[in-house]
Amino acid sequence: MAKVAVFTELTGTDPKGVTLEILGKLSGHTVDVVGIGDISGAANKLKEFGAASVVSLNGANVDKYSPEGFANLLGPFLKDGGYDFVFAGATSLVKDLFPRVAGSLNVGMASELTELSVEGDSVKATRPLFAGKVLADVAVQGDKPHFYTVRPNALGLPESPNAGAGEVKTVDGDSGNIRAVIQEIIKGASEKMDLTEANIIVSGGRALKSEENFKILEDMAEVIGATVGASRAAVDSGYAPHSMQVGQTGKTVAPSLYIACGISGSIQHLAGMRTSKVIVAINTDPDAPIFQKADYGIVGDLFKIVPIMTEELKKVLA
Amino acid sequence: MNIFVCVKQVPDTETKIKPSGDGSYIDTTGIKWIMNPYDEFAVEQALLVKAANTGSTVTVVRVGAVKDTEALRTAMAMGADEAILVEAPDHLDSFATAKALKGAIEKSGKTPDLILTGKQAIDDDCLQVPQLLAQMLELPSVSVIVGFEQNGDKLTVKREIEGGATEVYEVATPCVIACNKGLNTPRYASLPGIMKAKKKPLAQHSLSDVGVADADTKLAYSNFRLPPEKPPGKKFDAMDDGAAAGIVADVVKLLREEAKVI
Repeated sequence: MAKVAVFTELTGTDPKGVTLEILGKLSGHTVDVVGIGDISGAANKLKEFGAASVVSLNGANVDKYSPEGFANLLGPFLKDGGYDFVFAGATSLVKDLFPRVAGSLNVGMASELTELSVEGDSVKATRPLFAGKVLADVAVQGDKPHFYTVRPNALGLPESPNAGAGEVKTVDGDSGNIRAVIQEIIKGASEKMDLTEANIIVSGGRALKSEENFKILEDMAEVIGATVGASRAAVDSGYAPHSMQVGQTGKTVAPSLYIACGISGSIQHLAGMRTSKVIVAINTDPDAPIFQKADYGIVGDLFKIVPIMTEELKKVLA
Repeated sequence: MNIFVCVKQVPDTETKIKPSGDGSYIDTTGIKWIMNPYDEFAVEQALLVKAANTGSTVTVVRVGAVKDTEALRTAMAMGADEAILVEAPDHLDSFATAKALKGAIEKSGKTPDLILTGKQAIDDDCLQVPQLLAQMLELPSVSVIVGFEQNGDKLTVKREIEGGATEVYEVATPCVIACNKGLNTPRYASLPGIMKAKKKPLAQHSLSDVGVADADTKLAYSNFRLPPEKPPGKKFDAMDDGAAAGIVADVVKLLREEAKVI
């Protein structure tokens, strides 16, 4: 049986959903869940999903993220704990932090797994490369701990999680010298869930014709609790910011529902959204490549179809 | 200032990727190679910093196969002063790549004041090298940068996080900064620039020259394969306005009752 640590961030007092997805794949192992600052508020939920312990790692200046401060706390904790494997969801923070922690321990890391199983002392893992155009099996070799990050929404939540002991602990550490310091956090245009974590995405292409016209997608998103995305063509035309771009030079997403409006489906866009569980495409061109990936394709004008669909969704969800 | 830019050469984004016959990597036959798109923002930022700091030099470093030196020549045609190539397989992992970059920078004899990279390479999508390189050089780093201002030996940089929000960092140089799309508009190489680039110095090293050993490769990949194809979906023609409402109602019903996603 392997000794495993899972790093978590919280949303309010709830652990990130991806943390619970990872815990679901670690049933039968002794798993310590660790976070920076006080994470005890999430202890019950983490216990329910199998955490043997819930560790709050404290140090100076950890109220805000810093790559160095967080790495200085996490590195020694993981080394001293004698862990075999360390997992975390591939969030903005973890993508920045984990390579630094793995580097500080001189060990390897595999990024953004989409399939994972841990049997006995071995990790079986799959990750997409080239934005999902190909998949490959990957193994970390050499000294331990081995680091792995997991793409949100890829593993799915366990149906009947096995509870752990959930012992709440606090460990103090030294966050050391912090040379890159956050001065301010500027909120984004949208307070909605990020594309990479969203459960439903409504995405628009160049056919939207203007930034203002994205309003019709926002109206639909509002009704079904979706996040709005955009194709590279729409971003390059100035209709949407790059933070909304889905595709090989934007974000790779895996929602349960992806509604593509006026997106033809270039190779690089399809690569970024093809692992969505259900894809709906709305396009006037019946030969658009997006229809080959769509579960439900509607050949029609998005300016007519989208408002009708918004009304229909309102009725169904009322 | 001694400015370093790390670049990678990757298949063009419109390339259809196929696994190689033995599944050990991809089939690289006939691929068009380009500079990793995010690295263009790093090269441009280096040139902007150079222009604002008299006497600066920009050195581009690439770890990869020698087969052509497109990415380095492009960077020099844009205005970088010199280049270093560390000969390696194209799919060297992040740890070994970062170690090779560290070795190449140290071997250049110049102490870096600023190291710029793209936020990720679009081939392996690992997002590890900038932070690993910073850790190995014991420097601070900030990644996914969409804003950059220099005030003496300090930088104010904006890092994009979830939901389009940004974290504003103050960071002391020397440091590693990983650039995202939206930071600047990369210039095109001019014809005189392309001619000049041919005469600019390009140093070449092997992995062992820069201190990289077999044990620095931490990942073992196998079984490269295409993702499973989906079965064909249902397609409805709603070009006729009269039919649209009924078809949309049907699709919404299918989403709820068949696909169960809403």
